[in-house]
This record gives sequence, C-alpha cells and structure tokens, in this order.
Amino acid sequence: MAAAITEENVQKTVFEALPQFGVDEDAITRDATFEDLDVDSLDLAELSQIIEDEYGVALKGDDVGKIKTVGDAIDLVLKRGS
Amino acid sequence: MSRPENATALVTGASKGIGSAIAKALAADGWQVAVNYRSDQAGADAVVKAIEEAGGTAKAFHADVTNGNGKEFLKEIEGELGPILCLVNNAGVARDNIALQLTDEDWDVVIATNLTPAFRLTRDSLRSMIKARYGRVINIASVVGPRANAGQSNYAAAKAGLIGMTKTIAAEVARRGVTVNAVAPGFIATDMTAELATDEIVKAIPARRQGTPEEVAAAVRYLASDDAGYVTGTTLYVDGGMSA
Repeated sequence: MAAAITEENVQKTVFEALPQFGVDEDAITRDATFEDLDVDSLDLAELSQIIEDEYGVALKGDDVGKIKTVGDAIDLVLKRGS
Repeated sequence: MSRPENATALVTGASKGIGSAIAKALAADGWQVAVNYRSDQAGADAVVKAIEEAGGTAKAFHADVTNGNGKEFLKEIEGELGPILCLVNNAGVARDNIALQLTDEDWDVVIATNLTPAFRLTRDSLRSMIKARYGRVINIASVVGPRANAGQSNYAAAKAGLIGMTKTIAAEVARRGVTVNAVAPGFIATDMTAELATDEIVKAIPARRQGTPEEVAAAVRYLASDDAGYVTGTTLYVDGGMSA
C-alpha cells in the first residue's frame, strides 16, 4: 500500500533519504540545491527509487534531470502523483 | 561488508558448460542460486539437483534473456528466493564466419544474446543491489575481443562490449558497495568448443591444455565473495596464458 502523497509526507521521505547519500542533515532545506548538497545523478536515481517504492510514483530520467533544488524534487513528486 | 541473508545469485545460461559450473560454485559458497535456462530444462534440473545434493539451495528459472522481459523475470526470482545481489551474465552463443561472409542475422543474434541482455539485466538488478549496499555483477566475457580470433568479429564485438560496459557501470555504482567485473575465459572444454579442440589450437595455449568450466567458476566465485569487495571494473583472465 503506497503512502498518501502529501507535501508533508514527501518532504519527510526526501529529507530522510538524503543523509543516506552522505548529505549533512543540517544543510537540507527546500531551497538547497542538489549541487550544493553534492547530490549527483546516482543519488537522484536512488532517491527516485525510494519515492517509487514509497508512493508508487515513477519519476522519469528527463524529469529528474531538470530538478535543481530539494523543493523541486518534492514538487515534482506532488505533480506526478496528483 | 558481508553478504546479506537470503542473497540470491542469478546465473544466465546455467544449464550446462561454464554457467552450470558457476551455479554450483556459487551455491557451494552459500549463495541461493537461480539457474536460468532457455531450452535445456533437463540440464537446468540436473544442476539444481546437484546443488541440492551438495546441501545448497537452487531453483531453475526458464527465460529467454533476449526477449526484453527481464524485469518480470527478476521479480519472479526475487519473489521465490530473495533479492538478487549477484548477477552472472553468462548466456551466450557463437555464429562464426569471417567478416566478408558474416550475415546481418548472425551479427544481430550474437549482439542480441551476448551483449544486450547483460546490460538490461544489470540495469534492472542494480536496484536491489544499491538498496542493499551490496552487489556483485560478473560478466562472462572472453579472451576473444581483447584479442583477435578470425571468424568471430560478431562474438569479439559483443565480448569487448561487455568489458567496456563492465568498467563504466563499475565506476557508476562503486560507492554503493556494488562491484562490476568481467571474467574472460580462454579455450575452455565445453560442448560449445568440443569440435574446435584440435592439437594445433591447444599447442598455441601457453598452458598447453584447455581450461575447465570449474576453473572459470572459481574466478567468478572469488569476484562474488566478500573478499573481492574492493575489486571492481576489472577483467580477470582465465585463459592458460593466452592473453599474456
């Protein structure tokens, strides 16, 4: 059963996933860019997997390539899942 | 890091020859083994039986790895055995002819069997491996590819392709605890090579003999082990010195 796609849930999932890739928890905000957080394409691919497993929302490579900030990622999941 | 519980190894083309020896060696090392076959069910069943009699766990899975349904196939195995944390891309065919005479069909069949499924299965199994922070992908290449062998331009292209793919994917996933390596057998005594084993060919091998499937399997077993956790992107030649 996939979790409800709410902004609060998705933000929690994303914020909890990033430290698994070595991101400093204190640096994670909606406005932080993945570049500044040193999150690369492998990390984003894994984040997409985590989101798909949790919410059943598949993010395509093209979509993921365009997102710049943590907030963009959350918004994309909300948009694709709506 | 040590291998997680329930870890499953998938060996493609495991009903006979090198694949069968690899399946047995991985089972002896404690992996649950998915023995894949395309046409030789009796062969696959015999491999499973041998593994079970030796105290291991294995199950035969039918699939034509060239048909593009790899995701369902992997899901079926993971549902029955456990997460696939070791993938051995072994399935392969040869359709030999000198380039001047080689048909489009024989080119396409060899690329579609020896190279493309290895990429797709690797891509689709990396998901479980990355999640587990543990994985082993082992591509069975060949001494042919890095080295010339007249009459095998299609086979050489596919096998050299595997080696190139191995290096790049290894670099992409190394920091998730997933290693990707190739094993390059030389002239190994199997059904596929039986009619080629002339004295002349054997004399050209520095070791002056053919290798055995078990000798190739031992290299795979090492690369799949915890001990090989820092070995990635490399090609291990098991060729009696042919590439030396």
